[in-house]
Amino acid sequence: MRRSVSLYGLTFSLPMLIWQLLFFVAPLVFLIALSFWTVKNFRMEADFDTINWVTMYGRWVFWQSYGLTLALATAACVITSILAFPCSYAIAFKLSARQQQLAIFMMVIPFFTSYLVRVYSWQIFLSDNGIINGVLGAVGMGPFPMLNTVFATMIGYLTLTFPLVVLLQLFSLMFIDRTLIEAAHNLRCGRIRTVFAVVIPSARVGLVIAALFCFILSFGDFVSPLYLGGGDPTTLSILITDTTKSGQQWPRAAVIALTMIATLLAVAFAAVGFAYKGRTK
Amino acid sequence: MNDFNRNRFVEFGLRFYIFLSFLFVFAPIAASFVFSFNSDRFPSIPLGSFSTEWYVAVASDPLVWAGLRNTLFVGLIVAVISTALGFGAAYTDFRYRFFGKSAYLALALLPPTIPVVILGLAMLAFLSRINLSGQSISVIIAHIVICSPFAMAITRLRLSQMDPDLEAAAWNLGASEWAAMRYVIVPFAAPAIFGALFITMAVSFDEFAVAWFVSGLNETLPVKVLGFLQGQVSPRINAIGTFVFVISMTLVIFAQLLLTGGAKDAQSASND
Repeated sequence: MRRSVSLYGLTFSLPMLIWQLLFFVAPLVFLIALSFWTVKNFRMEADFDTINWVTMYGRWVFWQSYGLTLALATAACVITSILAFPCSYAIAFKLSARQQQLAIFMMVIPFFTSYLVRVYSWQIFLSDNGIINGVLGAVGMGPFPMLNTVFATMIGYLTLTFPLVVLLQLFSLMFIDRTLIEAAHNLRCGRIRTVFAVVIPSARVGLVIAALFCFILSFGDFVSPLYLGGGDPTTLSILITDTTKSGQQWPRAAVIALTMIATLLAVAFAAVGFAYKGRTK
Repeated sequence: MNDFNRNRFVEFGLRFYIFLSFLFVFAPIAASFVFSFNSDRFPSIPLGSFSTEWYVAVASDPLVWAGLRNTLFVGLIVAVISTALGFGAAYTDFRYRFFGKSAYLALALLPPTIPVVILGLAMLAFLSRINLSGQSISVIIAHIVICSPFAMAITRLRLSQMDPDLEAAAWNLGASEWAAMRYVIVPFAAPAIFGALFITMAVSFDEFAVAWFVSGLNETLPVKVLGFLQGQVSPRINAIGTFVFVISMTLVIFAQLLLTGGAKDAQSASND
């Protein structure tokens, strides 16, 4: 290795550092300052006033949506993990290498295709005279109101997170030592018991990380709870968009955003701690 | 795995579950496609007749064209700059060890994990503070923050398939660091560089939340779609949606073909 600090090295390492400090770290830090600013006559003024924190934290609706957001994200994280597991398990253990490659290929595509349009499309399925109720009506059932329910919100969260959760689970399942599973079978450990006693513990880190990503994405998403869930009662993310877009109450929106970041950090540390519990790195 | 574990019903059940999963994932994309060609104003079963009127309606809307131009303009610039930044960071991680490296990597990889509403609000507040909000440049700045980590990850994966001694060998044969970069690293990383260009463009092309916060009047196409969503049901969204799906799926498929093709090259090269 040559000298580590050189014009050459800095040419490659500095641009990313500078860009992310300027346009990623600085805005987030500015958010902290902003939460102490005041709004007078629809104009923001630099200030150091705890009024925004006091106002927001004193509102029942804030805590209501905090509880709701937390509950929705937790539910999404549990449901998606459970629904994704058979799929990633099957891809990891039941498909040939070629099929596996194809399955991964197909799962990556939706992750990068417009979430917004897919949510709109779900409206077509779920609305009162939509596809699902149309099919149910043809066999004499329904109609079941599905749009603007928690069920629809969950469908939206699944749309957002399912492919990513499958991929993350899959990558941890693919690296499980197969001899462990064979050993379990040779010791006459049943199929289901093998999954719970051998496969899941071996893949714990990946499974927890996948669930964590699902939680983060659902916690911050405003599209599904708004356009599928109906937005009432409101979630924190909807509250941010409302507070920002209508009126100049950015400092209050900053309070919500910082509360969300603190929550996510706490959850992330807890999850990572749990994932690596009892492991010597 | 031994025969003890084979059970035809379980095998079939699990494979069927994979099929159901993909059905769930691709159903909205397929529905958007089908209903974009449906003549009925309100999407329902049974379908009406085949019609391209919604595409005609969309194509004759100058606002849609303005949005599309904006999206493409933003996407191209974002793709090039993000890929350059990501390549630099990936190479830094590949080659150097230094104090604070984990902080550097966190900075280079974390942005996509921050919820977009929070990022959008922070960007809007910060950029309007320095008089950069409400323009295309604001969207570009914000999208580079989100996209460059993807470029970094893609390039880093590719570089990890490279033997680090190759670069050292080039130096020993008298190449300067710049020459080794030009003739060894860049050619090897080329599939990842193009893959990163496509993926970052796809991410920028579909990103609506941060763009919605900072774009002001210079809306990109996804922000327009968000506006449509707030209005009433219209099959026009399906027409735009199908168009958007086709573009981003093409980009992602190209990227994946490049990346997996590149991986095979590397394998066969090391096997030779």
